[in-house]
Amino acid sequence: MPATRLAKNSIALAGLAIVALYLLAILVSLVWLPFDPVKIDAEHLLEAPSLASGHLFGTDEFGRDILSRIMKGSLVSLVISISATALGSVVGIFMGIWAGYLGGRWDHWIMRLADVLFSFPSLLLAIFVMAVLGERTYNVVFAIGIVYIPQFARISRGAILTIKPAEFVKAARSSGAGSAYILFRHLLPNILVPIIVQISLSLSVAILLESSLSFLGLGVQPPYPSWGNMLSSARKVMVIAPWTAVYPGLAIVFLVLGFNLLGDGLRDILDPRLKNVK
Amino acid sequence: MSEDEVLLEVRSLKVHFPIEKGSVFRRRVGWVRAVDGVDFRLRKGEALGLVGESGCGKSTTAMAVAQLQGISSGEVLFQGRDMAKLRAPELRKTRMDFQLVFQDPYSSLNPRMRASDIIAEPLNIYARKGIIALRPDEIQAKTLELMERCGLSSSFARRYPHEFSGGQRQRIGIARALALGPKLLIADEPVSALDVSIQSQILNLLKDLQQDFDLSFLFIAHDLGVIEYFCSRIAVMYLGRIVETAPSGELYRSPLHPYTRALLSAVPLPDPVKERSRKRIILKGDVPSPSVERQGCPFMDRCPEAMPRCALKAPKLASEGEGHEVSCFLYPNS
Repeated sequence: MPATRLAKNSIALAGLAIVALYLLAILVSLVWLPFDPVKIDAEHLLEAPSLASGHLFGTDEFGRDILSRIMKGSLVSLVISISATALGSVVGIFMGIWAGYLGGRWDHWIMRLADVLFSFPSLLLAIFVMAVLGERTYNVVFAIGIVYIPQFARISRGAILTIKPAEFVKAARSSGAGSAYILFRHLLPNILVPIIVQISLSLSVAILLESSLSFLGLGVQPPYPSWGNMLSSARKVMVIAPWTAVYPGLAIVFLVLGFNLLGDGLRDILDPRLKNVK
Repeated sequence: MSEDEVLLEVRSLKVHFPIEKGSVFRRRVGWVRAVDGVDFRLRKGEALGLVGESGCGKSTTAMAVAQLQGISSGEVLFQGRDMAKLRAPELRKTRMDFQLVFQDPYSSLNPRMRASDIIAEPLNIYARKGIIALRPDEIQAKTLELMERCGLSSSFARRYPHEFSGGQRQRIGIARALALGPKLLIADEPVSALDVSIQSQILNLLKDLQQDFDLSFLFIAHDLGVIEYFCSRIAVMYLGRIVETAPSGELYRSPLHPYTRALLSAVPLPDPVKERSRKRIILKGDVPSPSVERQGCPFMDRCPEAMPRCALKAPKLASEGEGHEVSCFLYPNS
């Protein structure tokens, strides 16, 4: 049923197509790349994009092919973005819905914990986590995930609080339902709208956060490319060679667009009230 | 004697809510005495109406009886068993015997579940816990049968709540409440949110179901007209207490408590001549705050017949004739 509704929803389909395109690029990058993404080529520094040379997106200040680097970096960027969002949302939603549902002391202490995490600027918190865990690529996932936890906790707690007093919750308790059943069967499906919006936002912000960390030398380590560290190294040369920044930037923009379209579409698909609305 | 079998007995029920101040170090600064000593008995097959203005504690009483609200003191005895003493598994079994019908047909149904899933939910929960033995196809059949019985076409089974009107949604809520075959329905203002024409449809449905399913009712309402039609006995609540109970005909013919008289004089009469000629009792002031501890009669401040004695002690509910109880010092037994 959701599959047929997905097929009818053009927004979700467009988003899915974009994300699928990226997944395809990742698959291709595993077996074939136009050029070696880390090999320095002193004869082709900062070449403009051209069909003749084969560098479709141009080359960077070390003569490396930008298209190859974007393709090579897509795996790490996408994996970081998706796993960090998954980590932050699962942990954050779990904390938030129990805090909102149980109330009282539980709510108090769980949310104070979230507030402590919230009180640090997100980049500072991510740097702190990286410093503690060490500069490894997979630690970027933890760093960004931890930044996300309080955001998801707040959003899901607030949403739970607005629907917890609904009479259908009382009806379920009166029908012998336990807390976990009520939480996951009745409450969680009714707070999906803000959560999906937050997830599609977080997927895109994760890519930008990763690029900030890479810029500070804490993210993906050179010469291995990520979209973030490509952008940050392009800062030095983007005035004379704008393609070094434009193409990794466009790669991020389109992926973010894809995630957001998919999120919007999913939100409509999952809401039975919007079933017949185009 | 089965007519006189007591199904539900409530003894000096109190529900007090703490008022807290401070965000980090919470301290209690007082209590809201939402329900402050309520006693009543509900016999099998009876429809007991609980009336009173908003904030008088009638819904809290209903929630406490339904075991959805913790109580501060007192007892709720269902078929002679103290519900507070039941362990969780026993309570879950007992819940099958009393179910709720809610006021708001919009918030009482989960917007993301289909009508048939909503009605079948109690059956599914109890079947999964092994308390009732029904196969999925039997549950399905029973759900459709309940829908038809409550006046909903079974072809609507796959629809979502937003595709129904208010009255139809209330029928879904009633079908859900009937699914487990309860003995008692606690109806918390089941028609207050509906149009007048729909109100009578729903009331007629409940009346029919009362006979067919051998139901008893605890019927909460603020509309005396609705209560008079539906209930065989009426309890009038004021500020967390019951001030008068009587068989419904008797209550309308000869109300004893000054509050009941004032309430009845506020019901509009259909005959304009009678309506113009009768004297209205207008109460002064508002309902006092339930967070203030008081010694005397709760109705004292607004009572047209208050006496010095009323300030000293609260009257207790005492019998004034057949089945008629009142709590007021105007009558010698209180």
